Formats: sequence, C-alpha cells, structure tokens
Amino acid sequence: MPDTKDHIVSSFDKELRIIHEIIIRMGGMAENQLSESVDALVQRDSAKAELVRKEDAKIDALEEELEAAVIQLIALRQPVANDLRAVIAAFKISSDLERIGDYAKNIAKRSIAINQMPPQKSVTSIMRMSRLVQEIVKDTLDAFSNNDKDRAIDVWHRDEEVDEMYTSLFRELLTYMMEDPRNIGACTHMLFIAKNIERMGDHATNIAETIYYLSTGERIEGKRPKGDRTAFQILTPDDGEGEVEI
Amino acid sequence: MSYAMDMQNYTTQSETATSEPKIMARDVNVFYGPSQALKSIQLDIGANEVTSLIGPSGCGKSTFLRCLNRMNDVIENCTVEGRISLDGVDLYNSGLDPVLLRARVGMVFQKPNPFPKSIFDNIAYGPRLHGTVSNKDELDERVEKSLRRAGLWDEVKDRLDKPGTGLSGGQQQRLCIARAIAINPEVILMDEPCSALDPIATAKIEELIDELRERFTIVIVTHSMQQAARVSQKTAFFHLGELVEVGETDRLFTSPQDDRTQGYITGRFG
Repeated sequence: MPDTKDHIVSSFDKELRIIHEIIIRMGGMAENQLSESVDALVQRDSAKAELVRKEDAKIDALEEELEAAVIQLIALRQPVANDLRAVIAAFKISSDLERIGDYAKNIAKRSIAINQMPPQKSVTSIMRMSRLVQEIVKDTLDAFSNNDKDRAIDVWHRDEEVDEMYTSLFRELLTYMMEDPRNIGACTHMLFIAKNIERMGDHATNIAETIYYLSTGERIEGKRPKGDRTAFQILTPDDGEGEVEI
Repeated sequence: MSYAMDMQNYTTQSETATSEPKIMARDVNVFYGPSQALKSIQLDIGANEVTSLIGPSGCGKSTFLRCLNRMNDVIENCTVEGRISLDGVDLYNSGLDPVLLRARVGMVFQKPNPFPKSIFDNIAYGPRLHGTVSNKDELDERVEKSLRRAGLWDEVKDRLDKPGTGLSGGQQQRLCIARAIAINPEVILMDEPCSALDPIATAKIEELIDELRERFTIVIVTHSMQQAARVSQKTAFFHLGELVEVGETDRLFTSPQDDRTQGYITGRFG
C-alpha cells in the first residue's frame, strides 16, 4: 500500500497489500485487453480477437478473488477510516475494471464479425478514440497505485474529450450509412464498438472518483463533465447538414 | 455530489440541534501533582446525544469524564483549571454542591458495583438519600420504572429482595444503570461500562444506551472503537492529554481529519 504507517497487526497489512495487488493486476489486464481488442480490429486479426475473448475470463476470476478477499477482510478486521476506504474503493474499482474487460471482449467479438466485411474507413477514428481511452485508463491506474488525487482529478476531466470524439464518430458513421446502405451492417458494429470505448472512459471516470474518495474521504466537487450529445441528435437524409439539434 | 450535499445538510442540522450544549468545557487543564493529565480541552457535549471518548490508556479520557461530576475532587493533589459548565452553570466556581451535582450527573463504572443490599434497596438508595420520593408507593413505582428503563425488570421482578450481587455481570451492570437513573439525572457518565461483560450483555447495554439517549445526555469512555462507532453520535479522540479531534461519529470513523486519529482507530499507532 502506498500508505503511511504499518498496522500493529502485520497480517492486516498483508491482506490489504494482496487486495491492492489484485487491483493492479486487474488494471494491467483490462488495459491490455482494450489495446489488443482494438489492434485485432485495426489489423483485421481474428485470431487475436479470439484470444481477447478467452482472456476475459481471467479478469472475471480476479474480480471474484478480490471480492472474497474484501468480504473476508471486512468480516475479520472491521476496517475503519482509510482502511475502510481502501477496501471499499478496491471493491468498486474491481467492478469497473471487470466492465472494461467485458467491453474489450465485446469489441473483440464484433471485430471478428467486421473482419468478414470490407475494410471500414471509420477504423482510424476508432483507433484515435481508443488511444485516448487507453491513456486515460493507464493514468487512472497510475493514480491508483500512487494514491494520487490530483492525477485522478485530471483524468476525471479528460472524459469529456472522449465523449466529444464519440459524438463526432457517431456523425461520421451515420454519414457512411446514409451514403451507402450496404455500410449499415459494419457501421452498426463500429458504432457499438465506439460506444464500448466511450463506456470504458466512463468507468475510468468512476475509478478516478473512487480514487479521489479513497485519498481524501470526500467526493470530487463539481458536475461530472459530459460531452456526449448523441442522445439529442436527429439525422434526416433530406437536409444538407444532416443534423438537427433539439 | 448529492451525497456530499446531504452530509453537509446533516451536519448543519445536527449542529443546530446541539447549538446549546448541555456541557461546555473550556481551557480545561488537569494536573495530578506536577504532571499534567489534560491540556487545554475545549469540548461541547450536546443534550440527548451520546458522546464517546476514545484514546489509548493514559490519554486523559477518564480524567476528563471524572471532571464532569467532580469525581476528581476526592483525588488528592488533583487540580482542575478552566471552566466546565452544565446548562451554563460553572461546576467548579459557583458554589455548587458536588453532592447535588452528582445527583444530576450520574455515573456507571467499568466493573459493576452494586451495593451489598437487595436489588430493591440498590435502586431505592438514591431516591431515599435525596428525598425525591415521599412515600412507599412512590418509591415502589420509582424502583420499577428505573428497572424497566434499564431493561432489567422482567428478569428481577420476582426477586427484588435478593442481593444485587447475586445477579450475573450483565444484570449487575444494568442494575447499576437503573440505580443511576433512579435519581432522575440529566447526564449519565459511563466509564467503560461493558469491558467486563460478554457480547450479549454488551449488546443489551448498548441497546439500553440508545434508548436512554431520549431522556439523558450520555458520555461514555470506551476502549472498544466498534462500541464507540455503534453507540455514539459524537466521538472525541484524546491523545497524551490533548483532545486531538472531535466530530460526528460516522465522519470520524470514515474520514478522520487528523493523522493521529487515523493511526489510532485503524490500529497503526506508533
């Protein structure tokens, strides 16, 4: 633990350390799954995608291991103050990481389907967006391992950028679909992939909030940044702009 | 965010509720001979609240508790400086009779200490001494009411004439609580009331403390942090004669402000 002093009972420290290490491992795996799944899409590598699908079970297993460790620690040690915050934070972060893993698995599945179709132009935008989310996930995990609340706040603000990229990708994909209805199948998969990546960013934001709470005992102040405006958009093939904001 | 706001409202509300503290301690210094046991303590104790005092042995928490009903008067070479007031009346410098004070501020000790008398007489002792009952019926009623409030009536009603010392440890402690409330005090001080009891008896006392809070102001010294967390609304952490931190119990146990508090409650002290 990056924390102050050791407990008088040293086995308590050992248990907290195990919990901390599981999160670090889960984080590393989730990060890797994200980059591999997008690589599988970009490189049109179905074997790689298949591997990503299989690897997800390992993240799930780690989440179960962590849950068991947390429940045991709460039952046996009745942690308070920063110890309590550490185990609750680990519990929450593990479920966010598990979800990130699930999204990567879903991207892998879809890329296997997309690989049966002609190459997609939107892959470049997906790649750009995923690179940003990868950075965010990485920085979030660094903030966690260093108990760094300032870095957590920084990550928290960056989610807005992801949302904006998602909005623009949404428009891009709609344009392709309107250009040629034969694109609809592949573009729908791409849209889900983009949404998956955007959701990963949201989970990283959750983790950032948890880290801030872990470190300070307080919630991050202010409104959560939001840049996804797709819910308010209507596109019609008739108007030149192809977009109306309501 | 809404959570943080709720917490703020919560704090504001409870601060309003306790805006007139029952007990106020200002700049309290206590010396045993030349050695200083308490250093400039400032503490407000809200009415109808349970305030727990925690801290390692020798930190001054019991000393502080004993200041509140002038139990320290009986200790030779103990000097109390500063101001402690009950409902705004200074306990030490206003000519207040310590005996009358102790009728208003009752005390329950670590080890149950029933008088070597019958259960009935244990409870009747205080009301008789202070002359707060005028006849036998009133006394009977007072004994029953006190035992009921202490959750002991059903267990002892058929053997009121038997010695109080024949009860189990947990029952004896509830008897002592019944004895304390028989004289209708305003404040009850408890000095580790459960440390000699098993978990079931402890749970009963804790449940009782929660019920008593409606009528009384309670200050409890405890070594069990879980107990402080369970029974009190405010917690004060003492260390080396200083009051390090005081606050809402739920806040103190989730986000203590002082590193010493955090170190102590998480078992890292060093």
